[in-house]
Amino acid sequence: MSVGMENSDFAFQIRRIVLEQSMRSRVGHIGSALSIADVIAALYADVLRIPDPDDSDRDRFVLCKGHAALALYAALYLKGWITDSELDTYCGEGSLLGVHPEHSLRGIDFCTGSLGHGLSMGVGAAFACKMQGSDRRVFALLSDAECNEGALWEAAMFAAHHRLTNLVAIVDLNGQQALGYTRDVIDLAPMGERWRSFGWDVHHVDGHEPAEVTATIEGLDPASGRPHLLIANTVFGRGVSFMESRIEWHYLPMSDAEYSRAMNEIGAPT
Amino acid sequence: MRTEFVNTLVELAEVDKRILLLTGDLGFMALEPFSDRFPDRFVNVGVAEQNMVGIATGLAESGFVPFVYSIATFASLRPYEFIRNGPVLHHSKVRIVGVGGGFEYGSAGITHHGLEDVGVMRVQPGLAVIVPADPQQTATALRASWNRPGPIYYRIGKDNDIIVPGLNGRFEFGKVEVVREGSDLLLIAMGSLASEAVDAADELSVDGIDCTVAVVASLNPPPTADLLALISEFSIVFTAEGHYVTGGVGSMVCETVAEHGLACRVVRVGVRSPSKGLTGSRGYLRKIHGLNGVSLAQTVRREAQQAVKSPGIPLTTHGLRTNEIA
Repeated sequence: MSVGMENSDFAFQIRRIVLEQSMRSRVGHIGSALSIADVIAALYADVLRIPDPDDSDRDRFVLCKGHAALALYAALYLKGWITDSELDTYCGEGSLLGVHPEHSLRGIDFCTGSLGHGLSMGVGAAFACKMQGSDRRVFALLSDAECNEGALWEAAMFAAHHRLTNLVAIVDLNGQQALGYTRDVIDLAPMGERWRSFGWDVHHVDGHEPAEVTATIEGLDPASGRPHLLIANTVFGRGVSFMESRIEWHYLPMSDAEYSRAMNEIGAPT
Repeated sequence: MRTEFVNTLVELAEVDKRILLLTGDLGFMALEPFSDRFPDRFVNVGVAEQNMVGIATGLAESGFVPFVYSIATFASLRPYEFIRNGPVLHHSKVRIVGVGGGFEYGSAGITHHGLEDVGVMRVQPGLAVIVPADPQQTATALRASWNRPGPIYYRIGKDNDIIVPGLNGRFEFGKVEVVREGSDLLLIAMGSLASEAVDAADELSVDGIDCTVAVVASLNPPPTADLLALISEFSIVFTAEGHYVTGGVGSMVCETVAEHGLACRVVRVGVRSPSKGLTGSRGYLRKIHGLNGVSLAQTVRREAQQAVKSPGIPLTTHGLRTNEIA
């Protein structure tokens, strides 16, 4: 289904699926999924080299902010790796598609959901590539508030020390966490300086411009000798005006009226 | 035990290139045989146990068999959630090596005493828990288990001076090893406490009390069939472990007895409370916690006499064997 699909269209389809499935299941985490829709579109439409999810030499992807998994499920569906009927089980009884991703689902490399854990697994996967002499790469998508977790910085130090140039971490810098704005809870500024001081090759991108995300990744210089970090400036709930930058949409499900309005706003009227 | 462990790991690594060794900056004068032989397969990840387990999970996903090494408390408690959400959930071949459970790091103090590692590891389904009792059994256990599917926790003794008489290095996954047979009561020991249990049995034999001593080195999944066969022969069983009394082999025996309705009293001998700041050698700490051979023998005499005076379940006058009860 993704063949020939423009990555902007891919992003639109992710948003449509996120809203449809959130509505059908009456589950929240909508704002977080909308926040990463464009980054996921860039990765799955253009960047990741995954001829088949069972190919052992594929690129690996770790959704460290596991609570936004619905955007990832949408991408797996758009790639044709899970079916309509599987997608429609999201958060249902006996489904492999929970709020947080489970590696038993084809296309999911690692179980995540516990913030601060994912990057270390991604670092291990990137270290394995180096040891095996493989040119496969590892991508890890982090939340900004996840950078509150100390273990994440253990992984960041290791990656820089071992010069894991095949590792690309992307921070979804939407400035929000579950109970407040990051500047009010634990101020993370300056995010770029923090990572740079840990030895990473830092780039800033508009996290809602898939083409810019793709171009930045394609332009990363392996000769930098450093792992790469993209700080993706994003808006929580992007595309749905009444969700944008609103704390409550971390958890809330939609009413019927909110769903209609949200679908209209993204250009998929019900 | 860790010398045998590392030497055996080197042997295995010679023939299987998937084996890696990661350490959280520990293992001075212990890991060199591996790091010297395989410098490219040895990684000091720094003082970062959570990251070490996370990295091992990523390495295992790519086909490696990583061993991660630290002192038992740091190998188990600090990265516990990373173990659960990593090797356990992914059913990956990560091997967690916790050195020096119980009081093996005696004078290092309470932060270094592994008193609940087996308890927390044992509750994870699919995480094999292996606690060898002496160096010979360490080598056998590693050879027999290292390539099993799914993750493994090895609790390895620090020192090499303990030999369990009668064990002769025997180990079989999911089994119990009997090292001494006696008809009066049963002593079940975990790890290096097995040698203390044998000492206790020697002392008790002078009083005419014949003990069976069994060594449980394979704790998860529990060796239920062997435990049932053994315990059903007795009306009182004593467990001994360098571990809090909750969660380890004593708890496992209680679970087995209760779930199968065996008519047997269980006396758990283990650590009841921390040492309140007191430190000392392994021998000293075992003594003050009632875990050395002399103390174990005293506990057995006291409890067995009480059992005879006021039996909760029928006992013969001297013996404690249920099969002698008409």
